[in-house]
Amino acid sequence: MTRSRWWFAYLMLGPVVGLFFYLRGLPILKTFWMSFFNWSMVNQNQPFVGLTNFLTMFKDIQFQLALKNTTIFAFVTVLISVPLSLVLAAVLAKPRRFSAFYEAIYFIPSITPMVAVAVAWKWILDAKFGLLNYVLGFLGVEPKAWLIDPRLAMVSVILLSAWKILGHNMIIFLVGIRNIPGSYFEAASIDGASPLQRFWHITVPLLTPITLFVAVMTTINSYNVFTQVYVLASDVQGSPGFLVRVLAYDIVENAFSFFKMGYASSEAVVLCLIVLALTFIQFRWLKDRTV
Amino acid sequence: MQRTLRKVADAAVHIPLTLGAMIMAIPFLWLISTAFKVEKEVVAWPPLLIPREWTLVNFVGVFKAAPFQTYFLNSLLFALASTAGILVTSTVAGYVLAKIKFPGRGALFVSVLATAIVPFEIYMIPLYVTMKDLGLINSFTGIAMPYLVMSFGIFFMRQNILASIPDELLEAARIDGASELRTFLQIVVPLLKGAMSALAIFAFIQGWNAFIWPLLMATDQTNYTMELGLAKFQSAFTINFGLSSAGSVISIAPIIIMFLLLRRHIVDGLALTGLKS
Repeated sequence: MTRSRWWFAYLMLGPVVGLFFYLRGLPILKTFWMSFFNWSMVNQNQPFVGLTNFLTMFKDIQFQLALKNTTIFAFVTVLISVPLSLVLAAVLAKPRRFSAFYEAIYFIPSITPMVAVAVAWKWILDAKFGLLNYVLGFLGVEPKAWLIDPRLAMVSVILLSAWKILGHNMIIFLVGIRNIPGSYFEAASIDGASPLQRFWHITVPLLTPITLFVAVMTTINSYNVFTQVYVLASDVQGSPGFLVRVLAYDIVENAFSFFKMGYASSEAVVLCLIVLALTFIQFRWLKDRTV
Repeated sequence: MQRTLRKVADAAVHIPLTLGAMIMAIPFLWLISTAFKVEKEVVAWPPLLIPREWTLVNFVGVFKAAPFQTYFLNSLLFALASTAGILVTSTVAGYVLAKIKFPGRGALFVSVLATAIVPFEIYMIPLYVTMKDLGLINSFTGIAMPYLVMSFGIFFMRQNILASIPDELLEAARIDGASELRTFLQIVVPLLKGAMSALAIFAFIQGWNAFIWPLLMATDQTNYTMELGLAKFQSAFTINFGLSSAGSVISIAPIIIMFLLLRRHIVDGLALTGLKS
């Protein structure tokens, strides 16, 4: 009886596990493997080079720039979008008029395709005809070359990314807030706590694990930033991703324009280690809290 | 007194909320407005919020300038194939991992979970090499194949099956003489409609929005997806924002329509994904 059940399990699972191993497991392991080779797509000869790729990488100015930019981008995006989405969720959690409407409006950007919305932002941020410069003009701000100045291009990419992820984080916070027993808030109200005090002393501490989860997921997500940079931060000739160099862009360029797949893999390994470290910190921190 | 104060405070909340909502909505409204403008009005200064002269010229023009009908069809087929693949693989694997005890189950589940946190950008290079070895570069199969499985989908279905399908139900079916396969197809699957539709929506959006993999894999226009075609188009036609805007509207429309029809499912589905914390 259990035997036949095992057979069923193996037969059903076999193709899925096979596919899964072939398309996920193996490539992940192979990234680490390739990072030790001078693996070129155009050359059949792929010699083992040990840690050379990693040593080269830490002297590579492009890589350092990409790592720095990506880190700045990730942390600023998290610092803007996570607190804002928490406050937003706290405000929208209370049933009020148009709640569902607000929820929908704030949520929609997070599911729409990135290239399409980046095109919209590109037009809004345009130096000459852009809506943003027009609106800022009323406030007495000089027109700015949002997508031409490298520093402002970074600001632009952050703006777009925070705008896009806000609704996604808000929904997760909303679920968390709705799971807090209503009696906590009632008791606090009876004791005379203002809405602001209730938010600060009940919502924020009780949501700490969710906040951490959201912050870590947003950070990981931001470390992989690519599409919005590809569309927004092109140079004057329109070569994509030129102004704000990020890790994923550096990896793609090294692997697919310069065919240095081994080197690009070692960059991917660094990216992977960053992601793993962030996840590890999250788990450690949660464990310390709950024990 | 206190009552009126509270009412005023409550009403005051709507001011920042509405202002924020406007910022969220403006890129879409601006896109639509630009897409329906004639060229002269697109670059008008001061900017025209609402077109004086509504026109479809950009929507006609964008299909003439690039094969957007092909891109759209490719995206649709890709997203549907990916959704179907993810539904089948996730439900099967989720069920077996949840309900059948067999040697190696724990290790298998842990390895699925472990790959779930590894972002695509990390293993895309070896995946590309694999596709090259299979001769699948610049083919629909090659673009779609990695999107047939989803670690999170397997995890999600397993959690749902654990929560919603009691063991007694499966035992009863077995005692009645139903085979394992029949139990799965006729008893388990119908009970998972809710979870499967949530996963389907999630998978479809992921497929429709995919960018980096199609960018690496598709080398000619016949295999471009909507996102890829649009990205290439907007960098080639930087000057003509009317056309790019029309392309963007076409690309966003299916997601917005889906959202309007399935709003509750989408938000709840996403909420469920948040539960994995």
